[in-house]
Amino acid sequence: MIMDGVTQIPDKTAKNEITPEMVAEHGLTTEEYERIVAALGRAPNITELGIYSVMWSEHCSYKSSKVHLKTLPTEAPWVICGPGENAGIIDIGDNQAIIFKMESHNHPSYIEPYQGAATGVGGILRDVFTMGARPIANMNALRFGAPDHPKTKHLVSGVVAGIGGYGNCVGVPTVGGETSFDASYNGNILVNAMTVGLADKDNIFYSAAAGIGNPVIYVGSKTGRDGIHGATMASAEFTEDSEAKRPTVQVGDPFTEKLLIEACLELMASDAIIAIQDMGAAGLTSSSVEMASKGGVGFDLDLDKVPQREEGMTPYEMCLSESQERMLMVLKPGREDFAKGIFEKWGLDFAIIGKITDTGRLTITWRGEIAGDMPIASLVDDAPVYERPFVAGVKQALLKAGDIPAPDDYGDALMKLIGGANLSSRRWVWEQYDHMVMADTVARPGGDAAVVRIHGSEKGLAMSTDCTPRYCLADAHEGGKQAVAETWRNITAVGAKPLAITDCLNFGNPEKPEIMGQFAEAVAGMGEACRALDYPVVSGNVSLYNETNGTAILPTPAIGGVGVMASIRRMATVPFKRYGDVIILIGESKGHLGASIYLQEVLGRKTPEELGAPPPVDLAAERRNGDFVRPLIEEGLVDTCHDLSDGGLIVALAEMAMASKAGGIGAEIDAGFISPSLAVPLHGILFGEDQGRYLIAVTEEIAADILRRAEAENVPAVQIGATGGDALVIRHEGTEAVKLSVSDMTSAHESWLPTYMSG
Amino acid sequence: MKSAVIVFPASNCDRDIAVALEKITGTKPHMVWHGDSDLPQVDFIALPGGFSYGDYLRSGAMAARSPIVAEVMRRASAGVSVFGICNGFQVLTEAGLLPGALMRNAGLKFICRDVKLRVENAGTRFTNAYAQDQIITLPVAHHDGNYFADEGTLKALEDNGQVVFRYVDENGEASETGNPNGSQHNIAGIINANGNVLGMMPHPERLIEAELGGSDGRALFDSVLNALESA
Amino acid sequence: MKARVHVTLKPGVLDPQGKAIEHSLSDLGFEGIGGVRQGKFIEIELAETDAAKAEAMVEEMCKKLLSNVVIENYSIELEWLKGV
Repeated sequence: MIMDGVTQIPDKTAKNEITPEMVAEHGLTTEEYERIVAALGRAPNITELGIYSVMWSEHCSYKSSKVHLKTLPTEAPWVICGPGENAGIIDIGDNQAIIFKMESHNHPSYIEPYQGAATGVGGILRDVFTMGARPIANMNALRFGAPDHPKTKHLVSGVVAGIGGYGNCVGVPTVGGETSFDASYNGNILVNAMTVGLADKDNIFYSAAAGIGNPVIYVGSKTGRDGIHGATMASAEFTEDSEAKRPTVQVGDPFTEKLLIEACLELMASDAIIAIQDMGAAGLTSSSVEMASKGGVGFDLDLDKVPQREEGMTPYEMCLSESQERMLMVLKPGREDFAKGIFEKWGLDFAIIGKITDTGRLTITWRGEIAGDMPIASLVDDAPVYERPFVAGVKQALLKAGDIPAPDDYGDALMKLIGGANLSSRRWVWEQYDHMVMADTVARPGGDAAVVRIHGSEKGLAMSTDCTPRYCLADAHEGGKQAVAETWRNITAVGAKPLAITDCLNFGNPEKPEIMGQFAEAVAGMGEACRALDYPVVSGNVSLYNETNGTAILPTPAIGGVGVMASIRRMATVPFKRYGDVIILIGESKGHLGASIYLQEVLGRKTPEELGAPPPVDLAAERRNGDFVRPLIEEGLVDTCHDLSDGGLIVALAEMAMASKAGGIGAEIDAGFISPSLAVPLHGILFGEDQGRYLIAVTEEIAADILRRAEAENVPAVQIGATGGDALVIRHEGTEAVKLSVSDMTSAHESWLPTYMSG
Repeated sequence: MKSAVIVFPASNCDRDIAVALEKITGTKPHMVWHGDSDLPQVDFIALPGGFSYGDYLRSGAMAARSPIVAEVMRRASAGVSVFGICNGFQVLTEAGLLPGALMRNAGLKFICRDVKLRVENAGTRFTNAYAQDQIITLPVAHHDGNYFADEGTLKALEDNGQVVFRYVDENGEASETGNPNGSQHNIAGIINANGNVLGMMPHPERLIEAELGGSDGRALFDSVLNALESA
Repeated sequence: MKARVHVTLKPGVLDPQGKAIEHSLSDLGFEGIGGVRQGKFIEIELAETDAAKAEAMVEEMCKKLLSNVVIENYSIELEWLKGV
């Protein structure tokens, strides 16, 4: 898979014979190799083989996923640019556009957690500012192995430090995300990073090269031997000896990235740029091929002009290097000196390394000789597309709450959840991220969605990343729907209108029909939810082969949603704010305990059969309930709102109490209000994870008005209790089923992660 | 009030302090690039937070040797107000404008959170709008904020009222639990003997309006305005 | 000529990173470990061929930038490069 011997290949690489072993080492099949020979009309040299292998890798070509991704909705009146560019773009009015994308950096982060995570952040930042946006927020979705696995602590510590180390230095606030633990990630963690940027709608930059004879410019850091073949690494399963292959991991330089952001944005304020593209996976090769392909032109590149950090690099190495913090641009002729002045001011390399041709070919010269010559179209359009066979996943049976044991003690069960690995406070993580730099963060991490103010205005941008992988394992279709719906709900819960998503689809080996089945069903479920919620996909990334020694991760289609609110002065947040507020539950509670965290962590159920089917997502109800809640916030009636997710009603109530300031505002509710007729057992009411639900807390007067409106609009809404005291009290049939002081809950909630990490 | 913000490569709170200065003083500051040796005539010079030169070698070390800082030092000795926040504080100690050094946090991790501070000296030109011993909330966001100085220096700082802000706990005590980074004497901010150069790790410019979670940082800028008006 | 500069914390200055390294080493089972202090190592190639002048120059670098005299000490080694 990785070319250990590459550096030993003699200078005249073009004359080297390609052996079947070399083809296999590049992750290409014999059929794919034959395709290359046919496209070239001859055998490739080693440089060309390397270039084809990365361009046709899963990572760059989406060869296994393309047929399914095409089914996703990508359009809406507010979508300016959907998938296919560096990032997706939506219109938020006032000549402003939001540019965003999420991307995986899973394998590098497992091998070297600090640098892997750091360069993941760097890469996604470049995808966004290359389009003309100033990055204004970072998010991340992290999945680690079981807490007791020997590598987990080291990986958590390295990944979190790496994300912070990079994001903090470049000065983009890391405002939210999620972190969870599951044994399926023991040998294959997930590090999905998202960047959101703000651009002027009339000053967006794309990657299509144009203008025969125009100069191709290289800017940023010098090229070294970093990360040769990272793109192929991201497209193959992990084996034991992958860990010995450390040199493939790139090292990030956030200082240079910060300078690159400023220099690019400064140049973008002029009219000098025709096209621009960052050098990500597969570096110079994929950026030049993509720019040429989109513009329908050819590129002549002179490798001797490429700024180099190391001596004696071969064409193979220069073309495939994944050195970070580099960009490729096409400038208007005559603007080179102007652009050079800006990059020199910022202390960055600037080199004219080639020109645009009308040949439709990528022609590479090195030391006066042709080192590679390939038709661009064959690198992009001829990449194989596979309709991989897949089998439908096993649908787990629906479990009835009545057939599931109640906990011995409801309070103990709650404490176990909020003080356990997956629902405890993530403060230890987000306090290592500068979440306030840029001075526009109005909803800090820990809430439903993070909110940053659009600089200089009252508008707010809400963001949330979500996925419930255990639902996806039990039913990938419902799980895909749920991941999309949960971001929509989280964004709604702060009072913003959800506009679009980016996705990061992390799955196992697509050559296995059952894995391909998970992928296909999850994508179909996502598409269904996107259509029902008017919430298109505008960018994304697929990460396959997330397996170690044949064991796949839980299917994890991580979704990053973005929404906008007109005024941050009318925003809702999680904490209870007043004593005596009425608590209203919106949405229907059927006590669905299947695939719940209660089954997993309180009852200790492990197998899919024991866990049963996940909660179904009724998309019509989801939309109706969300469209009911949002205006209440927009009108300024509701300032306290929380969506119900993992752990159901009781965990949501506990979180609202724990987040309240000044020692904690408690609440008292009566479970009898929730399901008088359905006869759902108490543990179903409290721990059930029925979808499409929100809790709000408002004054009595407003409550009466809201309940009337709910009835008129046919939205299930019920008053379940009130805030007050310093404990969470849950009454059921005249008894106190739960009574826990907010401070006891808080100390359990806050202590798990710091204790674990210091142990 | 005329002010200037010095911009080093990878400063990243330069915009934040500029926005705060404009909002509170009504005048946009001059943004001065580190490579310039010309500094306009101003009443107030801010060294912003960030990661100048990537925090490589030592936080603030390379910025402290840039030509513009030589000019800042000349202005400081002429009595102009100089204010360093976070990385700016690190630059001021590296440049020798303030005593001591800022070392790696005792917990070894970057830390971003609101902390409580006690205003130890409300008699300075940077703090006159606070009450003496007032407890305020401001955020910290740093990896190297662990203040170190030798015993003699610490004693001099304490004796002369040069410790301006101190980290305190919920009860207002300068305890270990209230100390986020291991700083000696819980020091969060100090002023020079002449009273015109202030360095602090917490970020007052981040909390100047309720929407951002508080406004305890505002009085610092109000103080500078007051001092200028009464001068 | 090549200069090698070692920058270390002065004795008595608390070194939390050194402490953490010491702690990790004992966790890994190394016994009888103490006094771990970490520092920086910097290599510089110099065109100067006179050892005394080179040393004086590097000394100046250490004072001006490479070390912070408030908290750090430094030491300098010089080595002739092949062909210089």
